[in-house]
Amino acid sequence: MRNVAVIGIGKTPFGVFADRDLRSLAIESGDKCLKNGHVSPREVEAFYLGNFAGPSFVGQSHLAPFIASKMGIIGVPATRFEAACASSGSAFFHAFSAVAAGLHDIVLVTGVEKMTSQQTARVSEILAMAGDCGTEGKAGATFPALFAMIARRHMHDYGTTREHLAAVAVKNHANGAKNPDAHLKKPITLEQALAGKPIAEPLTLFDCSLVSDGAASVLLAPLERAHEFTDKPVRVLGIAQTSDYVALDEKRDITTFDAVRTAAGQAYARSGVTAKDIQFAEIHDCFTIAEIIAIEDLGFVEKGQGGFYTMEGHTCLQGERPVNTSGGLKAKGHPVGATGVAQICDVVLQIRGQAGERQLKRNQLGLAQNLGGSGASCVVTVLGAA
Amino acid sequence: MKGIVYTETVVHAAPAAFVAEAPYQIAIVTLEDGKRVTGRIVGERVQVDDPVEGIEMRAGVPFFRRAA
Repeated sequence: MRNVAVIGIGKTPFGVFADRDLRSLAIESGDKCLKNGHVSPREVEAFYLGNFAGPSFVGQSHLAPFIASKMGIIGVPATRFEAACASSGSAFFHAFSAVAAGLHDIVLVTGVEKMTSQQTARVSEILAMAGDCGTEGKAGATFPALFAMIARRHMHDYGTTREHLAAVAVKNHANGAKNPDAHLKKPITLEQALAGKPIAEPLTLFDCSLVSDGAASVLLAPLERAHEFTDKPVRVLGIAQTSDYVALDEKRDITTFDAVRTAAGQAYARSGVTAKDIQFAEIHDCFTIAEIIAIEDLGFVEKGQGGFYTMEGHTCLQGERPVNTSGGLKAKGHPVGATGVAQICDVVLQIRGQAGERQLKRNQLGLAQNLGGSGASCVVTVLGAA
Repeated sequence: MKGIVYTETVVHAAPAAFVAEAPYQIAIVTLEDGKRVTGRIVGERVQVDDPVEGIEMRAGVPFFRRAA
């Protein structure tokens, strides 16, 4: 196995862009990324695309060559990866594997989703296809409903409260307000978060991530060649992808994501670090309860303490372990297929010292955790200064 | 079919196919044999640990109500 580095990053802003189509978003992020890594399209040896539901959202399949060719990347492997909300995390994992194995040197990974051209009820229906359509779907369970049931059980078992959930939203909105590329740049109060419109009890509008358009890209290369392209390479210290049952009712315990625990364990072992060493993280807060459970499953806190730890302010920008300095899926936005790669970009920005108003001082070892569905796919990546 | 509510939610924002039925309650029920199923609750709302009984299957979905 060769050591692998991120040599370039590029993102579109996230938001509602009525005049932009899926391909133009992907191309914008790819072009920015190639420029950032000082790589020409002809040097790219493989293209990995993360996209959850382009065929349903915009009616186009065969998306990887559809996008790559218009970036000037032609004649090389171009493949779309689908793992629900972990689609581009999965694309990144497979791109990393190919570079580490010595199959390719320069690879481009792009994640994209164009969601806002559909009505909300149709968006819910498309997202619900990441669950078990034959059981959960037929019963009328949306994704908010699945995470609402997770929240209910977590509250029952560990004493997590509505205020704990709201504290995640308040923190991530505060961070998003400092991120020029975030979908929502508006701080909210705890009172506002608690008084949100009910979506699936106990979750309100403020517990749910956003329906967004956007794209993100990263370039990977062998670490030994990284300095040909950038003076700020960031090393992928360790990465793991895992899986679990799709249906919530088949999982052992819905208050913990086994896929996250396993991926974290493998990623830490491959990186030679422990949970305690991680200085900051981008976490998959598709719903507020998901961030609370993730910081438990990643080993940042004891099981059941995620809500209390958040309420005490330990995960805010000034806290001992900042989580989602980008604003997270909650405020930065959640164009589903773009999220995994966007998280990598945000960790890289921190390590490079380019995170602007949200820049951390303890920024040398970061983690990204990308979750698919209600925990059936997970990718955990540990990144560090090269 | 008897069981205990493992978890539940009341859905307000429904997917396109169920908009007319909202708000409705969904639960994961632990059956007597330990197996869990996802179904709908009719009648009185239930909470975690409440006993429920199955009343019928509709389009492959089990419907439960609170048991006495």
